[in-house]
Amino acid sequence: MGLKLFADKKLFKSYGGVLLALLGLMVLFSFLSPHFLKTNNILTVFAQVSIIAILAFGMTFVLMIGEIDLSVGSILALCGIVLGVMLSNGFNVVISIIAVLIAGALAGLFNGFVSAKFKIPTFIVTVATMGIFRGIGYAITDARPIQIENSFILFLGNKKLFNLIPVPVVIVIVLLIISHVLLSKTKFGRQAKMVGGNKVAAEYVGVNTKKLQIKIFIITGIAAAVSGILMASRLYSAQPNAAGGYELDAIASAVLGGTSLSGGYGTVLGTFIGALIMGVINNGMNLIGMPYFYQQIVKGLIIIVAVFIDVRNKESMLGK
Amino acid sequence: MGTILEMKGIRKVFPGVVALDGVNLNLEEGKVLALLGENGAGKSTLMKILSGAYKPDGGEIFLYGEKVEIKDIIHARNLGISIIYQELSLSPNMTVAENIFALQEPTRFGLIDDKEMNKRTKELFEQFEIEISPTKMVKELSISNQQMVEIVKALSTKPRIIIMDEPTSALSNKETEKLFKIIRKLKSEEISIIYISHRMDEIFEITDYVSVLRDGNYIGTVDTKKTSSEELIKMMVGREMDKVYPHKDFKYLKDEKLLEVKDYNKKNYFHDINLFVRPGEILGLYGLMGSGRTEIVQGIFGILKKDSGEIFMHGSKVNIDDPFSAIEHRIAFVTEDRKNEGLVLTSSVSENTTMANINKILNRFKLIDENKEVKIAREHVENLRIKTPSIYQTVNKLSGGNQQKVVLSKWFEIEPEILILDEPTRGIDVGAKYEIYKLMIELAKKGVGIIMISSELPEILNVSDRLLVVKDHGIITELDPKKTTQEEIMSYITWKR
Repeated sequence: MGLKLFADKKLFKSYGGVLLALLGLMVLFSFLSPHFLKTNNILTVFAQVSIIAILAFGMTFVLMIGEIDLSVGSILALCGIVLGVMLSNGFNVVISIIAVLIAGALAGLFNGFVSAKFKIPTFIVTVATMGIFRGIGYAITDARPIQIENSFILFLGNKKLFNLIPVPVVIVIVLLIISHVLLSKTKFGRQAKMVGGNKVAAEYVGVNTKKLQIKIFIITGIAAAVSGILMASRLYSAQPNAAGGYELDAIASAVLGGTSLSGGYGTVLGTFIGALIMGVINNGMNLIGMPYFYQQIVKGLIIIVAVFIDVRNKESMLGK
Repeated sequence: MGTILEMKGIRKVFPGVVALDGVNLNLEEGKVLALLGENGAGKSTLMKILSGAYKPDGGEIFLYGEKVEIKDIIHARNLGISIIYQELSLSPNMTVAENIFALQEPTRFGLIDDKEMNKRTKELFEQFEIEISPTKMVKELSISNQQMVEIVKALSTKPRIIIMDEPTSALSNKETEKLFKIIRKLKSEEISIIYISHRMDEIFEITDYVSVLRDGNYIGTVDTKKTSSEELIKMMVGREMDKVYPHKDFKYLKDEKLLEVKDYNKKNYFHDINLFVRPGEILGLYGLMGSGRTEIVQGIFGILKKDSGEIFMHGSKVNIDDPFSAIEHRIAFVTEDRKNEGLVLTSSVSENTTMANINKILNRFKLIDENKEVKIAREHVENLRIKTPSIYQTVNKLSGGNQQKVVLSKWFEIEPEILILDEPTRGIDVGAKYEIYKLMIELAKKGVGIIMISSELPEILNVSDRLLVVKDHGIITELDPKKTTQEEIMSYITWKR
């Protein structure tokens, strides 16, 4: 299905720019580092990208309705801790995973309910819960990491299927397809697009915008929970300080992929390409041995460029 | 007295559409030129080029005899060109004076001199006999007063050319008179005006000559005194049109109450509303802006929650407390403000047409079936003759009349039994108006009951079968449009409490 979508002419038109950027970066880094284009490294990029990509899928939904969720990094960390606590208390892995997903959903429900019900801007609510969820994580663990030893969890983040494809890559592709269908092929997704484009008009055709907002934050929460499981797996531990700043990477991925910060336009597929760009840049910078703080600067600049492109697109769309 | 502005062979191309092709315009000093044309004829595009918002792809502009290239809006303003937009462009949270002197505030010791600013605003207002306090917040003003502020703001830069894009669409008759007084005063000061309007009576009252555009082409210019509305309409639509209003040969299909509203009340919004519509009937609701007419229909549609009262459909009581339940009872509501309340501007024509009834385009797996969607959108584009390069075009690029047709398509999809239209032809030209009236009649023939709000007297008299007059948030009388006159209606409106 994914391949068929890429072959589509209309889709190429909408993603041509980012695909080109991705290709350009790959060419650049293949010149700068002999290791970059090796199959193994490419698969590593995919695996590294998986955590941000899944967060960014959720973020795409929120941005689509013109809202924002800055708490996803904290939800991710908290969910990892829930997993660690459950497992170390002897719970079955399936039950633990279900509990983690429910925890993510509840965190999203809280964000969505508080913002929709009390009409508080989501920016404010999620800045607040960014601290709250992070704080809960520290409180539970006393700021200490919890080791993860469950073999299934470790399999999810670190092993390869048929000794070739990393499991996280498989998970990302499955979630990509599910989110893509949900966002662009269902009534729910269409309503989200309408709400982002014009909330009043959507309300006047009978869309319950509050309910929709709550549902969307639940989706983001669950996406963060899945990322949290993968993160815990890859780190072999649940870390209360994990994923700090990941919310910005997720937003940058979505915006790079063409999702509008002001709502009404975006695709999960674009977001995935955006996340790959972020991943290639991260990986490439590591390979050429660029110090971490310079990497921070580069990523900051990328976010500015992405938002600039978004603003310019919006202007050309609305006649200028 | 000579030519002050000449635009020659102006061309403008948008992706997929030639918006203007070889358009000429000639403006003389101290004269009022009417710019007339259907939706999408290119009037707004031409004016945007003149005011620096768009750059032309071809043609020349001569200002005061010299060839100029207008770079941007500031440049246009410095050249003495000022534009009054159809959509208000004021900042609601600033005072009247602050809006008028925005970016050119008088200063004292480097700080904004509020006193001086308010004084100068007051002087400006006195000059034009306008009674608005300079220190009031703009959001506290009525729409029509906001429009007056907008006009004064445009005048404050002392322009030599003023473009007025449908300046009266939000004004009452009295205020329109005031505007005309201002225009006459400006004319006496040798200021030239380009006046865009669809109201024939205004064009004949205030303009000196008329230039007509059609489909981006220049049709011609005529002397207002030597032409007739028939000739102008013919130039505009390119075909004979013996009537502005199509004929409806029945009052209603069945003498029963399709929708009945009983004792509807909402504090501060509307009170004691009693009305009914029969199948096939067009019920007119006339009232000035601020009379509460929009609030009444918002109450019926569930946007405003009633305090008390009942609604009946086909004689049985129904509960409507939000738009969702209204739509479930197949009530459709075409709002007055299509851009902010009706359309998703960043979405395509096809997505907008299907948004009120997404269920209809789902397949058996509950997924959107693009073939169904495309088919529905194409049908509407064809049947309603929506002018768009494709159904994938985002609706913000369409003209007002075509946008309104997209809004109508959207509501047709729920197969409404009751269609509420709030100022359905506002800002739309004669040709598109005629088409919209015809659509209304077609729906009426199928048994739909229609409630139409209008503040245009000729429209409400010619289109509605029965007429309610709204004032001070209540219905004050019912009239027969075939027997009453504009004067009689106005006497109800202006009658002191």
